[in-house]
Amino acid sequence: MRLNALARLGCTGLDALERLGRAHLLFVRSVLGIGEILRRPRLLWAQIFNVGVLSLLIVGISGLFVGMVLGLQGYYVLAQFGAEQSLGVMVATSLVRELGPVVTALLVAGRAGSSLTAEIGLMKATEQLSALEMMAVDPVRRILTPRLFGGILAMPLLAAIFSAVGVLGGYFVGVGLLGVDDGAFWSQMQAKVDFEEDILNGLIKSLAFGVIVTWVALFQGYDSVPTAAGVSSATTRSVVHAALIVLGVDFVLTALMFGG
Amino acid sequence: MQMAGNVHAWRLDAPLSPPQNGQLSPLPSNRTPERRNHDGTGRMDGEITPTLLQNTQSDVPVSGSHTSHAEIVTDAEVLVCVRGLTFRRGSHLIFDDLNLDIRSGSVTAILGQSGSGKTTLLKLITGQLRPDAGTITVAGEDVQQLDKAGLFRLRRRMGMLFQSGALLTDLTVFENVAYPLREHTDLSPSMLRKLVLLKLEAVGLRGARDLLPHELSGGMARRVALARAIALDPLLLLYDEPFTGQDPISMGMLMTLIRQLNDAAGLTSILVSHDVQETASIADLLYVISEGRIIAHGTPAEIAADPSEEVRQFMDGLPDGPMHFHYPAPALQDDLLRGTA
Repeated sequence: MRLNALARLGCTGLDALERLGRAHLLFVRSVLGIGEILRRPRLLWAQIFNVGVLSLLIVGISGLFVGMVLGLQGYYVLAQFGAEQSLGVMVATSLVRELGPVVTALLVAGRAGSSLTAEIGLMKATEQLSALEMMAVDPVRRILTPRLFGGILAMPLLAAIFSAVGVLGGYFVGVGLLGVDDGAFWSQMQAKVDFEEDILNGLIKSLAFGVIVTWVALFQGYDSVPTAAGVSSATTRSVVHAALIVLGVDFVLTALMFGG
Repeated sequence: MQMAGNVHAWRLDAPLSPPQNGQLSPLPSNRTPERRNHDGTGRMDGEITPTLLQNTQSDVPVSGSHTSHAEIVTDAEVLVCVRGLTFRRGSHLIFDDLNLDIRSGSVTAILGQSGSGKTTLLKLITGQLRPDAGTITVAGEDVQQLDKAGLFRLRRRMGMLFQSGALLTDLTVFENVAYPLREHTDLSPSMLRKLVLLKLEAVGLRGARDLLPHELSGGMARRVALARAIALDPLLLLYDEPFTGQDPISMGMLMTLIRQLNDAAGLTSILVSHDVQETASIADLLYVISEGRIIAHGTPAEIAADPSEEVRQFMDGLPDGPMHFHYPAPALQDDLLRGTA
């Protein structure tokens, strides 16, 4: 009995390692296919549109509400120390360093990542990927590579839009509703938000999250069992795995960037 | 003698007989198609090739065959050669030392019950799967020895019609057929358009060029897929269960297309199916596979006359016989009395 349990554990561990190996190989193959998008840049533009432009609405609205909430919560905390004029710095720093990249990654994993997984999974289930192979077209280069780079490039742009709209949300609440001084809001933000420390680090984070979310989504679709249940399960895994990895990697990156 | 390459209207209502004068397809082709007789050897009735005079016996072993067809097969005529093929999925043996030949210019059908490995055999021939043992040679190239670039080069000379059609769902009918041409040729837009329209004309769907795959019926989708499969003028065309789920009219159209495309464009066709009558009516040669081996091969007439029990059960659709209806299981009584759900 115990031996059986041990064997099952070993089997599960080996399966997980094998899957991890396949995921890495797929990533390397997708990256090596970059020549395909240099040869046909319209493939990349189409994927930036799919992942980026089509996610704009959800990212913009979310950014607005997150910024407004930050404005409210930040004001009440800062007011206790008489520092409510620093609301702009607090809102901007929180968004640019942390909430912008992380929340955008979670939103993109839910909207575009799940869509990518379902699309690739269904292409596999309906033999479209096999048909491409039979037409002597490498599906990794033709289908996966443009989506990977499209996702990686779209993520920082979406995070920047999220942060910008969030700052506006914080401004509406802080200045418009709670009476924070307009000049203090912007001038303190301009003085304290550092390009290298805050914006560049936020950009690096969102690039890393772009790789994670798109890679996980593409691998889950490509490796899915080609049935309705298989694609459905892969789509769920895509969102859950991407979200957990993003949060874990965010902690590591934050510790490395701002940990002292 | 009227040779192929002449441009005449190619019609679906033409008979399923060898192409006669004036009935050959206007298919645009980079190659000049040879005119072939119905047995697919390329010989015209009454002609005897020097090769045939020199070879009086086939040197091709066919595993487990109960039938020996009288055709003489030479290396030059064999486009696909499978030798000692063994393939397993996990512990399940799919093919056990399988040997078969596909003659150039013929329509060869591989028949077998569901789950007998017919589609797997196509995937092995096209290099989508690797065998555990044995060799598969296509047009003189050992498929297993080819690297990815070599395999892709070989696949440009193959076309495959998938069971589902496998059309790219976000592209129109026109773009689906144009896809392999755009990928592998540098044709001018005007030449590409003409070629695509001619391919679509050949399958009777020129008027459907702007439709999306979800707007097509099952039969139409397969005809579009067929147009796409012949876009690069392949040597070898593989059909995976082309008749499954088709109404009688669509089935008739597909049967006509398969036979006439093969003859008019000088292709070699491998057709995998379990639709016995339909397949036998258009094939030159049949292979019947069961439990990982070939149980019979020969012309449709030879297979129809084969007395072996296994062949008769499959060809006549008998529910009981050497091929079991039940999947292996313990005795029903033991199963029912043991445990709970």
